[in-house]
Amino acid sequence: MAVWLKSWRERRAPWMFVLPAALVALATLVPLAYLILQALDAEGQALREILWRRRNLILFWNTLRLVVGVLLVAAVIAFPLAWLTARTRLPWRWLVTMVGVLPLAIPGYVMAYALLGLGGNYGALAQWTGWAPPRLSGYWGAVFSIGLYTFPYLFLNLRTALMGMDPAQEDAARCLGAGSLETFFRVTLPQLRPAILAGSLIIGLYVLGDFGAVALMRFETFSQAIYTQYALAYDAVYASWLALLLLVFTGAVLVMEARLLRRTLLHKVGSGNRGKLGLLRLGWWAIPAWFFIGSVFLASVLVPVATIVSWLFQYPEGVRWVDAWSALRGSLTASVPAAFIAGALALPIAYLGVRYPTRSTRVLERSAYLAYATPPLALALAFTLFTYRFLPGIYQTLPLLIGVCALRYMAESVGPIRSALYQASPRMEEAARTLGCTPLAAFFRVIFPLVVKGLGVGTALVFLSVMKELPLTFLLSPLGFETLALNVWNFANEAMYAEAAPYALMLLVISLLFVGLLLFRERST
Amino acid sequence: MNSRNLFSAGRFLGLVFLFSLFLQSALEARPLTIYSGRSNALIDPLVRQFQEETGIDVVVRYGGSAQLALALRQEGVRTRADLFWAQDSGALSAVDSRGLFATLPEEILDGLDNAFRNSAGTWVGTSARARVLAYAPDRVEEAELPATLDDLAAERWRGRVGWAPTNGSFQTFLTALRSLRGDERTAAWLRAMRTNRAQSYPNNSALVQAIAAGEIDLALTNHYYLLRFKQRDPQFPVAQTSFADGDPGNLLIVSGIGVMEASSRKADAHRFVEFLLSEASQQYFVAQTFEVPVRGDQSDTAGHDWQAAERGPELGRDALEDLEGTLTILRRLDLL
Repeated sequence: MAVWLKSWRERRAPWMFVLPAALVALATLVPLAYLILQALDAEGQALREILWRRRNLILFWNTLRLVVGVLLVAAVIAFPLAWLTARTRLPWRWLVTMVGVLPLAIPGYVMAYALLGLGGNYGALAQWTGWAPPRLSGYWGAVFSIGLYTFPYLFLNLRTALMGMDPAQEDAARCLGAGSLETFFRVTLPQLRPAILAGSLIIGLYVLGDFGAVALMRFETFSQAIYTQYALAYDAVYASWLALLLLVFTGAVLVMEARLLRRTLLHKVGSGNRGKLGLLRLGWWAIPAWFFIGSVFLASVLVPVATIVSWLFQYPEGVRWVDAWSALRGSLTASVPAAFIAGALALPIAYLGVRYPTRSTRVLERSAYLAYATPPLALALAFTLFTYRFLPGIYQTLPLLIGVCALRYMAESVGPIRSALYQASPRMEEAARTLGCTPLAAFFRVIFPLVVKGLGVGTALVFLSVMKELPLTFLLSPLGFETLALNVWNFANEAMYAEAAPYALMLLVISLLFVGLLLFRERST
Repeated sequence: MNSRNLFSAGRFLGLVFLFSLFLQSALEARPLTIYSGRSNALIDPLVRQFQEETGIDVVVRYGGSAQLALALRQEGVRTRADLFWAQDSGALSAVDSRGLFATLPEEILDGLDNAFRNSAGTWVGTSARARVLAYAPDRVEEAELPATLDDLAAERWRGRVGWAPTNGSFQTFLTALRSLRGDERTAAWLRAMRTNRAQSYPNNSALVQAIAAGEIDLALTNHYYLLRFKQRDPQFPVAQTSFADGDPGNLLIVSGIGVMEASSRKADAHRFVEFLLSEASQQYFVAQTFEVPVRGDQSDTAGHDWQAAERGPELGRDALEDLEGTLTILRRLDLL
């Protein structure tokens, strides 16, 4: 096997795959270099003041513990859900999958508004039940409002991996005398490692970039500080330095993930068909399982949806449906093309990373995450400055907005594609090659059909993210361009909830429909 | 060169000519462009009315005032904006200090109070709002309400006061405080407030909601947020008051507009400014956003008990220009 691996590594990657990946890397790196130039604008004295602020340490500590907290919440929700849908005979498992995916449709700031609206003397709970717990805010407020809408990223990765896993290995472990727990920890869990890492990485980066939910929850993180500096205090230099500090932080996370992933090899080596997954009967355990599923659904979907519906009735005079349609058109014209472009870009990158794991392709693959790891406001500003200076033709145009959205959210589609690729054996590709296919033909005739499901999931994830996204649209959108998300944020920020409601509801319905459609298609195949 | 080539060359030139005609007309038809820090909901009806009355096409780019100011500073003379309409004078000053605004004609500046224009005449106010003290009537007796800003640092309000240090209105208020008291005393007040555990919130509406939720009992905010809450929900459990006459806490904050020096359509831009200052538009602000008009009858502000002249502090000309200095102090105290 070692010989095989070596020969794969030594083979040079076909340029058809390298070129798009290299272009993506370049498109991300150039504006980032610009960011560094901007940061270097600071003079010696000012620079020392910026770098040695005690506040940076606080921001660092807050950001770190927020990442950890959100990952824990996400894991506690995603693991049981994924296992229930992939490995048990629980009836209506597609419903459970729905529960695991629908929260993707909820924007983080809406989740934060919903959680804030529950508690307090004048909150929803106080008015309906008379019980007035304090409002959720600060650390726990931020952890829950981000965790409750990002756990699907982990759930989807885990579920794909659990379903695609060859049960022969688990069976073998059981035959060799391992108990079910030992089998889980020694065989199943290690196989899930790429899925866990990919999901956690996406969630971690979400946490690092989120400014809406943390600002509403009054929890200070790097991104929130960057937002404050850019948007409210005109300090581009300090903001750039904060962005650079955050990038160093993210860089460390990326290197760590790459280290952990390096020696992963999951596909079968020998011949033979894949066995069928044995599904577990839950019996009476189904009752706590449904209770768990119900609570997750209540907290992550019902509460925010009910909150928005209640906005409609707070002040009916403020609700104007007409304007929401043009905003919807804006949202779609940005998010649909961005999703397809992102999927097309992610495919070669994931392929290179899995099939040609050399040092240089690893760099390329990591750079796909750079745009995602860059705080969106910093990325947007870098692109605004860069295009204004060097490419005035596309400055403040729709193509630029779409391109940057695709570039930034592409990372979300790399995970599912990569998980699918890990389970597609290179032997099949090699067989196609020996039968006379070119590398490209072999890829499209053999590998592509195997990863198409992963690609679909990846594209859908990007679509949803761009629909919900705020900061890039803030800075990059063409004149007069508006989206649903922008309107929700602007109106809700002014506490004009009735005015925000049509936009929010439309955003939710579109996203929910889309997620539902995706699941339905998956079920029927 | 044969005739076919000639023909196609001629066709090509013809196309170029047609295209340049198209380009020219496209350039001429470029709509009047406004960068607006004021929200869509407020501005859109006014913009529509202006388009109907004048036939001038308008496009608006919405964003945060500071964010747009930053964008304008980066775009410099190559900006596509003809006008910049901001929530507060701080953002206007940030653009003005780079010399990006053109001087407005006398007809527009005429008859405006000093508080509603800068002395260079590069921007004018369009409407104003007052800084007030919001409080929880069920937890704070009217008699014990603080008379001045400095009372807020007293022991009995420990942990009960909310503020929004990252908010533009609050920062404008601090700039006024600095021009009245100097940097040292302003910083001392901020420090005393911080020691007294003043609670930070992201913006004014969050402050008002925090009082309703019972998290804080007092908040430094703008006057119209509560009026909006009350319009939607008369039971909303928050009230507001002003400090003693002349206290800096009663500052009047101006939202304003300026015409870009780089604009090629200054005449149309001036028409838009005049339109905003017209009686009808001013009354629109009063009725829709509960703001104070900059021209005309200032006593009728949708029922809000408001007398700007007596309540606010006496400020010198351009006292609100130096936002940068305010931000420096906030940063030094780790409030920003």
